[in-house]
Order: sequence, then C-alpha cells, then structure tokens
Amino acid sequence: MLDAAPPPLVQVENLKMYFPIHTGVLRRHTGDVKAVDGVSFAIPQGETLGLVGESGCGKSTVGRALLRLYEPTAGRVVIDGEDVASLSPEKLRQKRPTMQMVFQDPQASLNPRMTLAQIIGEPLSEHTGQSPQQQMQRIFELMDQVGLNRRFANRYPHEFSGGQRQRIGIARALALNPKFIVCDEPIAALDVSIQAQVVNLLEDLQDRLGLTYLFISHDLSMVRHLASRVAVMYLGRIAELSPRDALYARPLHPYAEALLSAVNEPDPSLARRQRIILKGDVPSPANPPKGCNFCTRCPKVFDLCRAVKPELSEVEPGRFVACHLYSETKPAAGSTGGTEATEHNQQGVTQ
Amino acid sequence: MTEITLEKPRSQWRDVWAQFRRHRGAMAALVMLVLLALFVLVGPLIWRIDPNFIETNTVKMMKSRNLGPSLAHPLGTDQLGRDMLARMMFGGRISLAVGSVAMMVAIFIGTTIGVLAGFFKRLDSWLMRLTDLFLALPLLPLLLVMMMLFSEATAAVLGPRLGTFLLIVLAIGVTSWMQAARVVRGEVLVLKEREFVLAARSVGTPGRRIILRHILPNVLSPVLVAATLGIAAAIITESVLSFLGLGFPPDFPTWGRLLYDGIDSIRTYPERVVWPGLAISITVLSVNYIGDGLRDALDPRIRGR
Repeated sequence: MLDAAPPPLVQVENLKMYFPIHTGVLRRHTGDVKAVDGVSFAIPQGETLGLVGESGCGKSTVGRALLRLYEPTAGRVVIDGEDVASLSPEKLRQKRPTMQMVFQDPQASLNPRMTLAQIIGEPLSEHTGQSPQQQMQRIFELMDQVGLNRRFANRYPHEFSGGQRQRIGIARALALNPKFIVCDEPIAALDVSIQAQVVNLLEDLQDRLGLTYLFISHDLSMVRHLASRVAVMYLGRIAELSPRDALYARPLHPYAEALLSAVNEPDPSLARRQRIILKGDVPSPANPPKGCNFCTRCPKVFDLCRAVKPELSEVEPGRFVACHLYSETKPAAGSTGGTEATEHNQQGVTQ
Repeated sequence: MTEITLEKPRSQWRDVWAQFRRHRGAMAALVMLVLLALFVLVGPLIWRIDPNFIETNTVKMMKSRNLGPSLAHPLGTDQLGRDMLARMMFGGRISLAVGSVAMMVAIFIGTTIGVLAGFFKRLDSWLMRLTDLFLALPLLPLLLVMMMLFSEATAAVLGPRLGTFLLIVLAIGVTSWMQAARVVRGEVLVLKEREFVLAARSVGTPGRRIILRHILPNVLSPVLVAATLGIAAAIITESVLSFLGLGFPPDFPTWGRLLYDGIDSIRTYPERVVWPGLAISITVLSVNYIGDGLRDALDPRIRGR
C-alpha cells in the first residue's frame, strides 16, 4: 500500500509462550512447557509467511499467541504499529478487526447451533454498528466472495461439506476487512481436491484484498505453492527462515533438510533426493536439550551443539538459520559429524 | 436470482416446532400434559365440590366415608368423606406448580453455577467445593430445619398459602441444583476448548456474550434432561415434606399428600394410592418425553432428519 520500504505489517520479537506445569498436592509451579521459545520474524504487507514443522513443534501456538488467544509469556507482537501482546483488553478488542484467524478444523470452528448468516454476522454485530439489513448485505457480499450460494444463509454448519465449511470460516475471518490473517492449518482437515480449492481461494483473496497471511501448515508442497518465505520450526524455535525458492532448492539447517527430503517429487525422473530419516523422538518441550534443540537427532551434530543454543542469524542475504554449522565458530574437526558438516558448509559457500 | 435470495433468514422457531411435531412420543406427552393442566386448572370450575368439604352432620359424614366410585363421587371419597376428584384437581394445581417452579429455580441456580465454574477458572474450585458441600449435606433434615425455622416468618409476611408455597419451592430449589451444576460445568469445560469459542474470542466477542451465544445453547441438552428429572424429584420431595407435616397445612391437598394419606389404607382402598400415583407418573413421563422432543428439536444437527 505504501511506498518503498514500509515497516513490516507484522513484527514478532522474541515471542515466548510457556505453559506452566503444576504438580504435587499444593499444585506448585514446577516447570514450563516451552511451546514457543523465543521466536522472531517479520511479515511485510501483502506477503505470505509459511510456518512449517512437525506436529507439536509450536506452530499453532505461535499463531494463537500472535492474535493473543493465549497470553504470551514474553515478547512483542507488533501488528500494524501496535504491540498486541501488551494492549489493554478494550484496546485489544478494538484491534481485533485488523487480525483474524482461519482455523484448522472447519467442523469444530463453527458453532453447530448458529446459522451461516449468524456465524458470518457475528464479527459484524460485535464491531460495526450496522443495521440488520446492512449486515445481511455484507454477509451476502462475503458469501459471494468465498463462493457460497446466497441461498445457504439459513443453513447450519452440519449441512455443508468440509470445503464449504472452511469457506464459511474464511468468510467470517474476512468480515471485518482484516489486514492480517493467521491460517492455522486451514487445509489439514480437507480432501486433497478441496485443499486446492481453498488454497486458490486464499490466494485469490490475497490478490484482491492485499491480505497478509501467516500460513501454518505441515503440508510442505502447499506452503511452497502459497508462501513467499518459509519459517521451519522445531521444538518451539525457528530453525530456518528463508525465501521459499532458496529453501526448497537448498535447505541450510539440517532439520529443514530432513523435513524437505520428505516432500514427494511428482516427476519420477527427478526423484533423486535421498530421504533423510531422523532417529529418535522429539524431546519434550518441558525439558528441551541444553544446547541446540535439534542436537539429539541431528545427523551433523558436534560438541558445540550440545552446549550452546544457536541463535537465528543471517548467513546469506535474506536467509536466517539457527545452526552452529553456519556461525562464526567453526566446528573443531575430528568427529564424523564435523566432516559432514564442513562438506555441507562448502556447498553453502559455492552458491 | 439476487432478488429472491435477499430474503431475510426465516424464524427458526417454526423449524423447531416442525421437528417437535415429528417426535410422536413428545407430541403424545404434550397432549397428556395439556390435558392434565386443563384437568387441574379448568376442572375445579366445572366440578364445583369443595375439596375440603366434610359433612357437619356426623351420621351423614360417617355414611359418606370411604365410598367407592359413583356418579356423585366419580373417584370415591376419602376417610373423612371428602370428594377425591376435587382433591385430585386442587392437589394437582399445587403439585404441578411446585414441580415446575422448583425445577426452574434449581436449573437456574445449577446452570449459573455450572457455567461460571466451567468458564471462569478462578471461580471453578470455589464453586465446585460449594457444590460438593451441598451434595454432602443430608438434604431431608436440612429441608425440615429450613421449613421449621422459616415457615412461620414467611407465612406471617405472605400469608400461609403463598408463604408456604414460596418457601417450599425455594427450599427444594436450593437443595437440588447440584447435579445440574456438575453436568453443566463438565459440558462447559469441553465446549470452552472447542475452536468455535476460540474463534469468537478472536473476533473479540466479550465473555458474557460468548456464554450467551456459544456456551448456553450448546449445554441445552444436559440442562433439559436435568430439568425433566428435576420436576419429578420436586413433586416427590414436596410430598415427602407434606407427609412429614412440614409442607403445606394438612387440610391442603397435594398429590404427594394424597398419596401418603392413602398409604394407610392401601390394602382396603388401593385406588386412593393409584390415582395420585398415576397422576404423578403421567406428569413425570410427559415432561420427560417433552424434554426429549425439545432437545431433538433444538439441535439443528438432528432437526430435519
């Protein structure tokens, strides 16, 4: 909307979301589940940031903490110039129209006892002083926008297919002309054929309305299709944050590499990439490893990884990686992990 | 096409009624309950015998005792020669009124406490301990003490009938809301985590409207079930109180009282127990079926199937 370098619409700094653990008879606070542990990123206006990672890595929590559906433990979330994480309840309510969310399960995110018109109209009646006629007009407009027949306005969610329900959810999110939408795995619960419809709808709406998305998904090919930049999360931290093409062509972080090696290549003649199969389980977010969160499973682990948490830093223009392989302190050679690591490093240098 | 489709959403109460009508049991029960209501409300206007009329002439009175069914007394007379039909009609007024009002009081308290406890985490432990406290109390002695302590005071203020009625209704209400509260709380705890409540929060809906718009309509079915059971329990509790002499005055007929009066002579005159018992059973059964039909009719997922 604005000229040359406007400030990013969404700026997240060191976001932390800990869920306290209470144990014992006295329910004493004995620890935290560090669902999100120091996440920072920025999304410029009109861009889509993909957020990928395996189940339980904190993707959805990031999305919810961003909209302050959870109270973040620490950090700043600046959306359109205001720090959402510290707004007063009334200010936050007034801020809500700027930022909306599309939920994962379209069945669960719609109240079964409200009609479609009531569901889409809820944001309108909460935030606009429109008359019922004006609201109805706007509801029909939104239904047209997401491709729902106007005659469905009186129907209940259970009468719709999964894809249609997700359109209702999208229409509700669009009702107040938001600038920023968090899409929390909007396609995970849908059939593949419907997934394409919904993703195309999201893209289409972005083109028309200039929306900014945080697209949370574990479907790597959909993220590749939709996002302009991608953040890979592992155990509550961002492992790598890179432009889409660069990431998919040459992931830098060992975890990103392993994750992307799982993407199927539709063309068998190009299917040359070896799958990297990680061993072991994700450590508990209540008790993450002392060093790098990925050090327990990393194929390229070396001593430093187990001692010091790597910070997310820019290793190439536009590419941020949290890995000691790319930090200033080069690994001491000797271990097998070390040689592999230098190999990888060289690859990074030549390109 | 746009012209036709711009019509406003139609009222959903018509759909609810349409679905309710399709529930045969519920419709039959509704008819039964309406008949019962007519019986107790309109009946005394037609059957104009005073339910407390006793022959002053001793010989006549002795003759009119314990009569079987006849044209003059279709349900016979009791041990004092009072007309059973008239007593059934007047008793029904009180029993139905006590049952429904006490149930409403109990459901109101139970739902309020359940929703507050489920929705607001800070209140949860306090309100649930209160519920446990009430559950642990021996209710009948408590009721008796309440009636004994307050019956004269309320009777002095509101008159003996209205005073006793309000006291009984409130006493039954405040001692029978706990099950409803527990069920509702559990249901609210589940609903609160559903994504549509999260979605409402992301829209910026304030807590009270989330409760009214998203939580309450969805806890309707357990509340209705609790309510239908509550009516029966309230009628029975009232009769227990009357039986123990701490409910309505002894000459004041209620179904429960008739039942207990009849128990003494159940061997010789079983019909005196059968009629009030039947009336209570039919009421409870009808209310249960109506609740069942209402629950189905109010659920859009079942409606129209």
